[in-house]
Amino acid sequence: MALDVLYFAWLRERIGQPRERIETQAATVRELVAELSAMDEWHAAALADLSAVRVAIDQELAELDAPLAGAREVAFFPPMTGG
Amino acid sequence: MAARVQSAPFDLGAELAGFGAGSGAVVSFSGLVRDEGGRLVALEIEHYPGMTEKALAAYGERAAQRFGLDDWRILHRHGRLAVGEPIMMVATAARHRAAAFQAAEYLMDWLKSRAPFWKREIGPDGPGAWVAARAEDEDALSRW
Repeated sequence: MALDVLYFAWLRERIGQPRERIETQAATVRELVAELSAMDEWHAAALADLSAVRVAIDQELAELDAPLAGAREVAFFPPMTGG
Repeated sequence: MAARVQSAPFDLGAELAGFGAGSGAVVSFSGLVRDEGGRLVALEIEHYPGMTEKALAAYGERAAQRFGLDDWRILHRHGRLAVGEPIMMVATAARHRAAAFQAAEYLMDWLKSRAPFWKREIGPDGPGAWVAARAEDEDALSRW
């Protein structure tokens, strides 16, 4: 399936782009992370420590083991610092 | 009952004019850019367009239900904000003060660690570090 993958804050900087469209068969966010990390060293570095990464599927916060079936947009970002 | 995300400054007085008319209690909180002892000249705030608006509206509606609010308002800015400028505000209106105070704290706790904003420090020499999330902010959510 085609998936828009978005990055914010230091993840965006380390990966070098704010978004990309990929073709994936990943069933969960964790599998998607493995695919992205295998793409190049920048993805691998940005996604190396998942304790520092939060995820949203279709703009809703999600867990790493959440299923991707039907998803159109997945975002990766650091813990949020609003307010 | 409104959530807004914008880069433009806002006037707290104007935002609160007429807010909560008919309610007994109005509480507002606004957050400003700290200078961190002279170390900062500004903050750069990034957000996730689309998700941000949805998240703020969802937290507002949740607070309204939980605390029986008559009205609520959330406004959060993004972009480059100089020291002293307002970053965000929440306002709550209820029949009595306890609900208005609690709902404002509830909203702030959710905004701090669950609204998709990221702050970066800007010092006299340019962009510095991304602000790290604080464990206290995460812990604060557990009280709700």
